[in-house]
Amino acid sequence: MEVSININGQQVSRDVEPRMLLVHFIRETPGLTGTHWGCDTSNCGACVVLMDGKPVKSCTTLAVMCEGHEIRTVESLEVDGRLDPIQQGFHEMHALQCGFCTPGMLMTTRALLDENPNPTEEEIRTAISGGICRCTGYKNIVAAVKWAAEHESAGVRQEV
Amino acid sequence: MQTPASFDYERATSVEGAIASLARLGPEARVIAGGHSLLPMMKLRLAQPEHLIDINDLEAELSYIRDEGGEIAIGALTRHVDLLKSELLAQHFPVFRDAEEVIADPVVRNRGTIGGSLCQADPAEDLSAVCTAVKAKAVIRGTDGQRVVPMDEFHVAPYMTAVNDGELLTEIRLPLFPGAGSAHEKVERRAGDWAIAAASAAVWVDRSTIHDVGIGLSAVGLTTVHLKRAEELLRGKPPSEELFQQAGQVASEDCSPMADGRGPVDYKRHLAGVLTKRALSRATARALKQEA
Ligand SMILES: Cc1cc2nc3c(=O)[nH]c(=O)nc-3n(C[C@H](O)[C@H](O)[C@H](O)COP(=O)(O)OP(=O)(O)OC[C@H]3O[C@@H](n4cnc5c(N)ncnc54)[C@H](O)[C@@H]3O)c2cc1C
Ligand code: FES
Ligand code: FES
Repeated sequence: MEVSININGQQVSRDVEPRMLLVHFIRETPGLTGTHWGCDTSNCGACVVLMDGKPVKSCTTLAVMCEGHEIRTVESLEVDGRLDPIQQGFHEMHALQCGFCTPGMLMTTRALLDENPNPTEEEIRTAISGGICRCTGYKNIVAAVKWAAEHESAGVRQEV
Repeated sequence: MQTPASFDYERATSVEGAIASLARLGPEARVIAGGHSLLPMMKLRLAQPEHLIDINDLEAELSYIRDEGGEIAIGALTRHVDLLKSELLAQHFPVFRDAEEVIADPVVRNRGTIGGSLCQADPAEDLSAVCTAVKAKAVIRGTDGQRVVPMDEFHVAPYMTAVNDGELLTEIRLPLFPGAGSAHEKVERRAGDWAIAAASAAVWVDRSTIHDVGIGLSAVGLTTVHLKRAEELLRGKPPSEELFQQAGQVASEDCSPMADGRGPVDYKRHLAGVLTKRALSRATARALKQEA
């Protein structure tokens, strides 16, 4: 069936089978491969994108369920060559190694800061508890979110 | 790659329309709410519906938590995140917030619904124990109108509920009585995991005696375990740690866990006992306003 989804502000249309998962739609149709596809069982969080501003696991959402909703992926974070503060925070605080979990972590924590600009360490840890990182031990991810929160409130958007 | 088998998809635009579609399409049709139990089952071919009826557009009709005087009504499409954040629920039934803090993870909680949780009827599912403890009633609607079913009749077998083909769970009702306190206690292997065992308790205290009590257990039986014998033991008695200890003993005797990757039978029985006691203590402290 024909489905049309707003992804990062652009309307993307394609004739798909209803069983197509959102993660595959995103990766195949506009070719946005920043959204990673990991466990496929809604446990790892690599596939997290924002649906109407809220993080959801795109491996456990059908593409057809997203028509009429706004999907935001990791590719939307950088604007005109400027990194989002959360991306900058991951860079500054060395919050990734292999980078596999990173797109999901970035989108999850972007949504956290949108809702709660000044989260405590515990709030950050709770927010990212749906994501698994095999490399960092989470410590630097937490530090990165704090960095982003501090710099965001100062209104800084660094150039790449 | 895991992909569900093929199916037809339609979006319901009203509760009535959803029920009409379910009735027309028969047993091969399923409702999809958050999809966080159904889609994993479909990927594994444990479920293979031919038609999916998406009810996510029915938020106006099916997503709410409201005080209806004498009871709290919760729409079936209310998501975990909304149950977690509801001050109304936290005030009357803090057991919901206890449970929601440990159901899955915040991202899953943005999608999963109370209706999907109850209808999935997984014995390890937390909200079924919660609803059993607080003596909730389920409102089920079909083409011939609606019926109201108590939790004991809602769960008929593992993964089977009183919701028949052609019917929709529309609402959960929680009766309000004075002197209430409630709590949920869960032990899991890691953050966001299903329970090894969990206990939900609600007490209604009247002049320092337990006027009424409800206890439900998750993950230690073929379905949610309703601890009727422990409830009998407690009713009409003044609350005490010793009494709760005895109720915990009954809990470990009356559950029927199975050994699996989450632990052996004796450990789960032990947990059922300890968690029942803890849930009762905390519920009672809340009823007596002894807990912050
Ligand atoms: C990684 C992960 C961890 C989890 N951990 C926990 C946990 O610790 N504790 C816990 O309790 N749960 C847990 N869950 C389950 C989660 O709470 C699910 O969201 C929930 O069980 C199902 O809700 P849903 O809205 O997604 O239902 P769906 O998957 O959409 O539906 C489930 C079933 O209910 C039926 N259904 C849904 N709504 C209705 C309705 N209104 N009327 C009739 N039938 C209906 C569907 O047809 C389907 O058969 C976990 C899930 C995941 C993915
Ligand atoms: S791929 Fe979606 S949660 Fe792991
Ligand atoms: S950076 Fe490798 S999994 Fe997180």
